[in-house]
Amino acid sequence: MNKTVSQGDLLAEEGRPLYVAHKRVHPQSVRGTFRTIKWRLMVVCLGIYYLLPFVRWHRGLGAPDQAVLLDLPNRRFYFFFIELWPQELYYFTGLLVLAAMALFLMNALGGRIWCGYLCPQTAWTDLFYAVERWIEGDRRERLRAAARPMTMERAAKRVLKHAIWLMIAWWTGGAWVLYFADAQTLVRDLATFQAPAIAYIWIGILTASTYLLAGYMREQVCVYMCPWPRIQAALTDEWALNVTYKYDRGEQRCSLKKSFDLRARGERVGDCIDCNQCAAVCPTGIDIRNGAQLGCIQCGLCIDACDAVMKKVGRKTRLIGYDNDINIRRRMDGKSELFKPVRPRTIVYASLIAVVCAVMLYALLSRTLLDLSVLHDRNPVAVKLSDGSIRNGYTVRLLNKRGFDRVVAIDIDGPPEASVHVVGLDSVTVDRPMIVLARDTTTELRVLVTAPVDDKSERSMPVRFRVTDIGLGEVASATDHFVLP
Amino acid sequence: MTEHNDIDRISGRSTTGHEWDGIRELNTPLPRWWILAFYATILWAIGYWVVYPAWPLLSNYTTGALHYSTRASVVNDLAGLEKLRGEKMAVLGKASLSEIEKDPTLLALARARGKTVFADNCALCHGSGAAGAKGYPNLNDDDWLWGGSLDQILQTIQFGARSGHAEAHEGQMLAFGRDGILKIGEIVTVANYVRSLSGLATAANFDAAAGTRIFAENCAVCHGENAKGNQALGAPNLTDGIWLYGSDEATLVETISYGRAGVMPAWSGRLDPITVKALAVYVHSLGGGQ
Ligand code: SF4
Ligand code: SF4
Repeated sequence: MNKTVSQGDLLAEEGRPLYVAHKRVHPQSVRGTFRTIKWRLMVVCLGIYYLLPFVRWHRGLGAPDQAVLLDLPNRRFYFFFIELWPQELYYFTGLLVLAAMALFLMNALGGRIWCGYLCPQTAWTDLFYAVERWIEGDRRERLRAAARPMTMERAAKRVLKHAIWLMIAWWTGGAWVLYFADAQTLVRDLATFQAPAIAYIWIGILTASTYLLAGYMREQVCVYMCPWPRIQAALTDEWALNVTYKYDRGEQRCSLKKSFDLRARGERVGDCIDCNQCAAVCPTGIDIRNGAQLGCIQCGLCIDACDAVMKKVGRKTRLIGYDNDINIRRRMDGKSELFKPVRPRTIVYASLIAVVCAVMLYALLSRTLLDLSVLHDRNPVAVKLSDGSIRNGYTVRLLNKRGFDRVVAIDIDGPPEASVHVVGLDSVTVDRPMIVLARDTTTELRVLVTAPVDDKSERSMPVRFRVTDIGLGEVASATDHFVLP
Repeated sequence: MTEHNDIDRISGRSTTGHEWDGIRELNTPLPRWWILAFYATILWAIGYWVVYPAWPLLSNYTTGALHYSTRASVVNDLAGLEKLRGEKMAVLGKASLSEIEKDPTLLALARARGKTVFADNCALCHGSGAAGAKGYPNLNDDDWLWGGSLDQILQTIQFGARSGHAEAHEGQMLAFGRDGILKIGEIVTVANYVRSLSGLATAANFDAAAGTRIFAENCAVCHGENAKGNQALGAPNLTDGIWLYGSDEATLVETISYGRAGVMPAWSGRLDPITVKALAVYVHSLGGGQ
């Protein structure tokens, strides 16, 4: 029977709990290599997140000058020098593929690196823990306080803690909406209550979710809500380096004092002195010495904690470290350690990343600011005119991705003596139709191509539409067919 | 439920008793917040049943406290759309046909409106791309029975041809054979003559002089001395390569013998003036407009 059933637990069957009450984790502060890496990454990631909306990028008159902007109403996405239109959303597909592959590659090399170091949930939870520690003290103090009745002083501290948490959460939610509108204007509007209601609603939702997830749910998000641990478990292999307790070296655990006695008598004892520091610092409240487990986000804090202990007692560090079961086996068999970062799996991930990057880069570099697409009329495909000549109709769509109006001329290279006419344009300009394309828009035209035909004409001839910017000389073209009935 | 007192040897925890290929499932209790969230969804569902239509009854259903219905919301949406459209259409209504033709925005609007209305009403006879069929004119070409200017097209759509409307186009192709005006030999001769006008091959023993004479005496009244047709009467041009009913000898003989009187309905009573206007612009822009 499970002995951890607390009084509040509902019993579905006798002795069997239907749910477990939330056990609060009080991780202890720790110093060390991985803690330092985590602090630095947190500053970089949160710094980028909070400040990016305020970075300016000059794009010319009339265009937004925010470096990163998701302009939903106008359906434009700006990312520094890149401006994406809705029909270019395949770039986002590319980004998603890249993100997935990067995640897989990270996992194949070092397990849940994402979870431990980069995941926003980890970053914010860490920040919230830091606030908690600063106000309510470290693990021991908090545990002691939790066991005692509430005092005025503690209540005041708790209010302060929640106030600061809410402020962080609010700033987080606020920063998110800044990516969807001009940041400087929006901040001013928000402060003077002029901003659209939807902005306040989103800030409210994001504030509440950050506060709940980072302040209360914490490790519960990683253990119960996040899909990545499940996917990760299925994707990982035996060579991936994970935070591992090297039981070949640690067991038999033995207290420091006893280990001296036993060693003096020549008996073999492990290096672990059973001080429980690794468990005390763990933000998800697990004991890594029980082996690899779902709850471990691989933040490496237990490595720092154990290293500190090992240094103090004069033993070799990295009793807990990035390692895998293969090496534990090999060491136990007296073989040397073996690391294989290059293996089929990592090669495949890395080359996929390279390929997708190359494709996206090529697409970006060959991207044009004047575009056209041509669609041939399907019904009727060709019309015979009274003088016996043949006319084909096309829907021509022109995209002017520049921030100013421009005049373009439409030419065709098609069947001999073919003439082109744009519906709605005066027939005076029929020789070379000129169109004004408004800035940052698409223009759809109905274009008729007429050609005299004789018996020798082919049933289907290529016709090439060419648009030329009169001012800039930019040219775009597309090919279709001219068919006879 | 059956009792499972299986205890997993390694973890020391009880199992659910489920076993697959020797792998047994630990009985891991869920966290309390998860259970509470689950109960909350159940409560939500019950609230939903009360507020929204939910349960089928024998001949009806529970309508819910809000009396929400998708039909009502569709009707609502349509009304909103109609209103939105009304504003744009009003602009179209005020502009003259030539103004619409010159303004790219209005032209696009009229074309878009015209296209949907055409598909709903006109495509049945003229085809979805307005390519026509035997007896139903192709609206993409430049040959017009009743004229191809914007105004003329509007006129034809509004009142139709031989539609019975007071202002409809009128004009008859006589039944020269049935009514005994021409004999069958003369009809064949004039049919061959008409074919020769547009450069089509004629029968070997065709008497061109007789054809010219018969045409001048009987057909030139409507189709003109030079057979170029007459839009006031809806008499087609017989010298071009476009034939409403077909250009082979047998078809021409049938046409001359029995006459033709295709009907184009009047749309002024069925469609509102703005829609008819948009339709005219659309048809004109198909490519044949003059
Ligand atoms: S076991 Fe170690 S690496 Fe895993 S979450 Fe806990 S402290 Fe981080
Ligand atoms: S911190 Fe190191 S020595 Fe202490 S219990 Fe954990 S593994 Fe053992």
